[in-house]
Amino acid sequence: MARPGISKLPPMNLLVTYLVIALGSALGGVARYGCGLLAVALWGVTFPWGTLIINIVGSFVIGGFATLTAPDGRVYVGTLGRQFVMVGLCGGYTTFSSFSLETFGLLQRQPLAGAAYIALSLVLCLLAVWVGHALARKVNE
Amino acid sequence: MGVAWVAVGSALGGMARYSLSGFVANRIGETFPWGTFVVNVSGAFVIGLFAALVAPGGVLPGDATVRQFAIVGLCGGYTTFSSFSLQTLNLARDGEWGRVFGNIAASVACCICAVWAGIALGAFMFGG
Repeated sequence: MARPGISKLPPMNLLVTYLVIALGSALGGVARYGCGLLAVALWGVTFPWGTLIINIVGSFVIGGFATLTAPDGRVYVGTLGRQFVMVGLCGGYTTFSSFSLETFGLLQRQPLAGAAYIALSLVLCLLAVWVGHALARKVNE
Repeated sequence: MGVAWVAVGSALGGMARYSLSGFVANRIGETFPWGTFVVNVSGAFVIGLFAALVAPGGVLPGDATVRQFAIVGLCGGYTTFSSFSLQTLNLARDGEWGRVFGNIAASVACCICAVWAGIALGAFMFGG
């Protein structure tokens, strides 16, 4: 996403940008934590359904929001708003590290489940981001 | 409260992600999402370290605070699947299919290797 070089932002804008991202990321992280706990309560720990759903939802949201608030989009939100949602909320909500750790563990214990987790994550997240984008494009028209 | 640790860790992770991915993008350019790649691979390595730390044989077995702050918070907030998805989509929209599959393959392969390396180093350092 386009943004001015960090070195070119005035100090106050830079500080506000970081605060906004910190807030969004904190909220996203807490939401991820809650969703993760819920998923374990519902489905146990044999398969990382929580992370899978989290990453799918986050991909859908960023796909839709990016297109909706793009320069030619229907909704104007401004740079800070986009940073808050895309870098902060979606970035904090989704995770590649947990995905990686869980995949590693699964590949060792149940290689087929591990392969399925990788495939499902990639296919469904990329599908989700595209669906979000496509829906937003429809709204923009 | 555990949630507070998650919030603080995630906030720090998110700021670090923004900073580093921006730095990388400014250096290398944005034809390929190197920023997100570097962040995700380094984050995978770090989560491996912490996983070893809190593993049954580690020095802080089952430590809830380390889990909440470092694993769920820091690493979770630092790494991102949404940016990976969006950037892959944008590459596809630009018809850059080589980079699409390159980003997917490299991200997954390098992150899994990074976790392995992090766990291995962590087990050596922390006995997990």
